[in-house]
Amino acid sequence: MSKFKLITDGLVRNNPTFVLLLGMCPTLATTTSAVNGLSMGLATLFVLVLSNMAISAIAPVVPDKVHIPVYIVVIATFVTLLQLLMQAYTPSVYETLGLFIPLIVVNCIVLGRAEAFASKHGVLDSALDGIGVGLGFTLSLTVLGLVREVLGSGSVFGWNFIGGNDGMLAFVMAPGAFLCLGYLMVLFNKFVKKS
Amino acid sequence: MEYFLIIISAIFVNNIVLAQFLGICPFLGVSGKLSTATGMSMAVCFVITLATLVTYLINNYLLVPFGITYLQTIAFILVIAALVQMVEIVLKKVSPSLYQALGIFLPLITTNCAVLGVAINVVTKEFAFVPGGMLNLAQALVYAFATSLGYGLAMVIFAGIREHLALMDVPKAFKGVPIAIISVGILALAFMGFSGMVK
Amino acid sequence: MVLVLGLTCLLCSAVLGGAYVLTKEPIAAAAAQKTSRAIAQVLPSFEKASERDFVQVYGKDFPYYAAFDAQGKLVGYAIESSVVGFGGPLTLMVGITFQRVVCNTSVLSHSETPGLGAKCSADPKFTSQWQGFDPSVKKLTVTKDGGDVDAITASTITSRAYALAVENALAAFDELLKEKEVSHE
Repeated sequence: MSKFKLITDGLVRNNPTFVLLLGMCPTLATTTSAVNGLSMGLATLFVLVLSNMAISAIAPVVPDKVHIPVYIVVIATFVTLLQLLMQAYTPSVYETLGLFIPLIVVNCIVLGRAEAFASKHGVLDSALDGIGVGLGFTLSLTVLGLVREVLGSGSVFGWNFIGGNDGMLAFVMAPGAFLCLGYLMVLFNKFVKKS
Repeated sequence: MEYFLIIISAIFVNNIVLAQFLGICPFLGVSGKLSTATGMSMAVCFVITLATLVTYLINNYLLVPFGITYLQTIAFILVIAALVQMVEIVLKKVSPSLYQALGIFLPLITTNCAVLGVAINVVTKEFAFVPGGMLNLAQALVYAFATSLGYGLAMVIFAGIREHLALMDVPKAFKGVPIAIISVGILALAFMGFSGMVK
Repeated sequence: MVLVLGLTCLLCSAVLGGAYVLTKEPIAAAAAQKTSRAIAQVLPSFEKASERDFVQVYGKDFPYYAAFDAQGKLVGYAIESSVVGFGGPLTLMVGITFQRVVCNTSVLSHSETPGLGAKCSADPKFTSQWQGFDPSVKKLTVTKDGGDVDAITASTITSRAYALAVENALAAFDELLKEKEVSHE
């Protein structure tokens, strides 16, 4: 498999949100605006790339019986690292995303890639896989965030285009998250998956 | 009165699935049949309450006194993983029938973000209706139990809807998960009616 | 097996311990910067602000900062005031000048509904009315309750909580002035 394909695979064919249906919780909870979706995606990307690399490096020496606990510890370490860094350098983003930063630990995407890819491939390939899947996740979160922001607050990346701030509020709140995701999946099925 | 508010708020107003978006993966995964949904809800209920008890004690008597709360995430997830394993082993020995009912769901629960989410919420979030903001141990347990009841409620309602949905003729692109997610959206709209009931 | 697990845990906690030590100062600095920015926002220009101190009103501690001009004269107080909003705690920084006029307010943290109560920190229609709010002229309740505070549309509870937070800050301010007089005598 070419190196480039490793990255593009995660974007479309194995898109974590629309195809693999992984990591639904942050997808729904943090996409109240495009910027929030983007930051959550990048945070996950950070953990995904580092944990993929670390796990592919240590996988040969980890006995089979304890591999899941070891992976979880490794992932939790990178998540905590991310928490500390965000508190120090982007405190406002950290506050907005709140609970969902520590919850990256239990994001099935991260453990899933560790188990399915990183433990069987080299460090470089695993890093690229992490980038691909992470970008795919970031992309779908940003798109979902953008749609909800346009409908819910009438703005794009914080730039308000309807003048005044009365969008359809339901789209910023919980029901809108489910509805938008559902309809985006329908569109994805209809136009992308077919090819 | 506080306990009543905690229960109503956790089950309806801040429903863990429909308002807080926790535990969505198993919610979508095992809600195809009413019987499996009930089994999963019971297992989650059991683990969330137990995990909250243990993580609350660990946080307040181990992490806080030693000033190492930054290890919260890593400590909690390890405790939950170990706890789930233990519950599985104990259940197998003590009550094989219960193990038969819940057993297959237990390994899935470690990566259910509802468990870790509730555990972290209980020790970090400030609650408006509790004097002082932070929950004490009894309140934390009531909160955890009520939250998991809310999880069960959403799960069972949704499984009921999905059983009917499976028989319906829906457009091809909508089939399966998309239409399920859209129905959750409508369910969430219904639950939004509860907001404002408890401040 | 146990060795690998133990080693991983040891290594990981070592990494985190190191990271904690390294990020401790930036985290504290970020928090301090947030506070000092909020103080600067809610008070007219001043030379220096005092360290965080506490004043007790209604049996509750209110953190406050006193701001002084270049001559060392008191410009006003920035008082942190926390109340229960719609979704959870709502914490404000309220700047009150020595004439007992609210200079400005700033939301430190909130958990209000996005798009509704959350506007209390961003919507200029709501936030601008606090600039120069004189409690001796205007009544500190929302218009619905017969006061002079324009509530956020569809978020009366948040707006009421906001007004209450400002009122509590004013009470803390009165207490501070009282304490000051006592110490002068």
